[in-house]
Amino acid sequence: MPEFRTVQCVVNDEPREAEIEPRLLLVHFIREVLGLTGTHLGCDTTSCGACTVLFDGLPVKSCTVLGVQADGHDIVTVEGLGSPSELSPVQEGFHEEHGLQCGFCTPGMMLTATGFLEENPNPTEEEIRWALSGNNCRCTGYMNIVKAVQWAAKKMATSGISARGARG
Amino acid sequence: MALDEIQIGGLGARRKRVEDARFIRGKGNYIDDFKLPGMLHMETLRSPIAHARITSIDTSKAWMTPGVHMVITGDMAAQHNLAWMPTLSYDTQAVLATDKVRFQGQEICCVVADDPYIAKDACEVIVVEYDPLPPIVNPKQALAPGAPIIRDDKAGQTNNICYTWEVGDKENTERVFADESMQVVSQDIFYPRTHPCPIENMAIISDYNSATGKLTIYLTTQAPHIIRTAVALVAELPEHMIRVIAPDLGGGFGNKVPVYPSYVIAILASILLTRPVKWIEDKTGNLISTGYARDMYFHCDAAIRKDGKIQAVRVHADTDNGGFFSDAQPTKFKIGLFHSIFGCYDVPYGYLTAQGHYTNKAPGGVAYRCSFRITESMFFQERFMQTCAYEIGMDQAEFRRVNFIREFPHRTTFGFLVDSGDYDKCLDLALDKIDYDGFKARQDAARKQGRLLGLGLSCMSEPLGAGNSREYDIIGIKMFDSAELRVHPSGKAVLKIGSKTQGQGHETTFAQIVTHELGIPADDILVQHGDTDNTPFGMGTYASRSTPTAGAATAMVARKVRAKAKKLAAHLLEVSEEDVEWELGRFYVRSAPNRGVTITDCAFAAYTNMPDGLEPGLENNAYYDPPNMTWPFDVYVTTVEVDPETGEWDVLKFVGVDDCGVRINPMIVEGQLHGGLAEAFAMAYHQMITFDSQGNCIGSNYMDYMIPTAWETPHFELYEVVTPSPHHPIGCKGIGECGCVGGPAAFVNAVVDAVAHLGVRNIDMPCLSSRVWEAIKYKKDVSGTPPLPGQ
Repeated sequence: MPEFRTVQCVVNDEPREAEIEPRLLLVHFIREVLGLTGTHLGCDTTSCGACTVLFDGLPVKSCTVLGVQADGHDIVTVEGLGSPSELSPVQEGFHEEHGLQCGFCTPGMMLTATGFLEENPNPTEEEIRWALSGNNCRCTGYMNIVKAVQWAAKKMATSGISARGARG
Repeated sequence: MALDEIQIGGLGARRKRVEDARFIRGKGNYIDDFKLPGMLHMETLRSPIAHARITSIDTSKAWMTPGVHMVITGDMAAQHNLAWMPTLSYDTQAVLATDKVRFQGQEICCVVADDPYIAKDACEVIVVEYDPLPPIVNPKQALAPGAPIIRDDKAGQTNNICYTWEVGDKENTERVFADESMQVVSQDIFYPRTHPCPIENMAIISDYNSATGKLTIYLTTQAPHIIRTAVALVAELPEHMIRVIAPDLGGGFGNKVPVYPSYVIAILASILLTRPVKWIEDKTGNLISTGYARDMYFHCDAAIRKDGKIQAVRVHADTDNGGFFSDAQPTKFKIGLFHSIFGCYDVPYGYLTAQGHYTNKAPGGVAYRCSFRITESMFFQERFMQTCAYEIGMDQAEFRRVNFIREFPHRTTFGFLVDSGDYDKCLDLALDKIDYDGFKARQDAARKQGRLLGLGLSCMSEPLGAGNSREYDIIGIKMFDSAELRVHPSGKAVLKIGSKTQGQGHETTFAQIVTHELGIPADDILVQHGDTDNTPFGMGTYASRSTPTAGAATAMVARKVRAKAKKLAAHLLEVSEEDVEWELGRFYVRSAPNRGVTITDCAFAAYTNMPDGLEPGLENNAYYDPPNMTWPFDVYVTTVEVDPETGEWDVLKFVGVDDCGVRINPMIVEGQLHGGLAEAFAMAYHQMITFDSQGNCIGSNYMDYMIPTAWETPHFELYEVVTPSPHHPIGCKGIGECGCVGGPAAFVNAVVDAVAHLGVRNIDMPCLSSRVWEAIKYKKDVSGTPPLPGQ
């Protein structure tokens, strides 16, 4: 029988603990063990970015991180964006600018954008495109995704709300 | 007062999408998000080699792996008469290989286990022994003397040809070509194999309830109703006891129309084990085994009069169909709607022949963001038009203009009826926006500085929205579509449609059609789709057919409901029906316009205050059989700069002018065009799936099969022209795929134009920098066709 390891981490501001197989991928830990299915698995090769989450504030592709590596770290998934009553600027931007179609890449795309805007709240279009270049979208042609990130940056500047949204 | 239609989200409103609310919160429902009690997980073992006889399969270690419930081989499937299945092109396809493997990635065994990791472990310990056969990776090899017969399972199959097809007027075409006053231009072009590869791979949960006998299939499919019927026929199960639920789809692009072998086995496993069985494909499985697209070799001759008028075309296409002929296409046509080629041009005579070939590659031939091989026809058409213009020494735009059709309806040389359009207006607008007149001088000036600029033009009208039912069917089921509308007592409504969104936004736009017809605010209309127990029979969403067919059905059912509401209005207003007039959202008395009732009043009366003799309720359904396809017209024009040292190229500017008739939601239309154009760019730029001489798929993951990101993808500057469809009830035409269909030629034409002064006429897609560099360096065409052994 496989050995199990204990993982303690903070996911979307809540402490979580679980016994998992060492080989379990972070994306499966998030989806199957924690039941947070907003994080999607697309390509298995760290290429498409559908599985992107924030790992200590930085976007990482959770298909190429082991669940046990999250021990002691802070994870944010799409479920941790915004609050039940209010969308984050990035979520709102994607809706306002038609930045999504099938929605499958959207959580990863939004988390990359969130991590990026926290670092660079006033980006140029070129900087946005470069920041998103690890995330594939097959539906939108990216034009409206870029606009969505610009919309979010503007909202952040005028409202003072962080990219991840008002907490609480 | 009539309602303000835009205000309430009707026709033409840039209504924000209702689907977004769940997706941006991570609350979508894709197949892998479902967990059913007692659910098991399946994994498929695939062949690592392309062509071999299977000598033995040893599954004993897999059976002994803790947590494994079942290992299914082809022999086991055969006991249930499921080792083979029919394809959408009336061929057969192996579900699990029993005799030999015919392509790399072919399904051999399936393992069902407690979790997917265990199922993968068990696949690792299955031992399959092969006796290799020579692999065939292109049509030329398939036809070579002594080539092994790939489909030796088929009685009477003595070669590797899977179909031949022809259309047109051979005799008159040859007569024109015999006329020595004609200038004849010829060209060969290859459209390489490509793959739709939605980000979400194939996925199924099959849940057989042994107590009720009901089979529920959760499936990422674009065509749930066809799947239900196909399962009923293939598995010989009663159709009313099969429910297909297609929840949210993570993209489709034609890849999610067919039935795949692992689906069949997951269904079989759930019936045998009487437990839900989930199968989630991985990306490599998706890229190497599911419906590819294109892979076509094109030859064309045109006979052109001195004034630039094309008098006849001779077209031949060879397709590489892989191990099984499983193209998803209407029955009557063996090469999809490829014969829509030259549809926007007045070509008096034409003759088209086509031949399909079995090879040791994955089957498919799906309509990847196109209406059945139209992408190939429009690409070749517009690449060839450019070559003709060069060869006869005529301006690109002028040559197209000289050949445009201008009178509608127009019967094309291969039999389609083009019913509307304003081609000159679209072309004028596009050329103005790209500054066509000034480009030549810029190109000349740049060349003097050693820089290479090119301009590429692509004009096309494609038939979208199959049926009509007389000519179009899939496995015998006619290509109509459907809608069912129920207005509740409080005036809120539920619309159920036979088509299926996979990102196009049906839940948003189909409500807008009802709003347009009934004046019920779009926010008060719930659109349901994708559950065969709860929606009327429809053919699904592909080939840009939803708006032309289910959209039309939606308008028609709303009109039926309005007709009944009128009777209720007459009753409430105490006048005869003839005296009642309609304006958006309201009936009124003709002679006293202030006396009126709203559609909500009528809905309430339908349940509370019906006149004698009138059936209660306010609901209806409509099955819509379109009289013709819809004919959008699109002009794409782009400028590029090619680096003469490296062959790298960049898009300077891209302009698109699209006439898709009336736009239900312009925001959605633009989004569809952006997406299609990005895929067009991808194919022209670097997205490549190819095979080595052993039949190994090169491009089996997203590292090798590179789909473009935000970094590479250019801007698309879009403009609209509106010529309403003369037969669609609200004047709409299909649009979802136009960018993907017409776009590739614009990009390749631009790259070729940049080097055309060197004598280059063709660089096969993708226009990799190495190919463009080769064209510049050696001043010659660069073929992308696979080399033959010894070459």
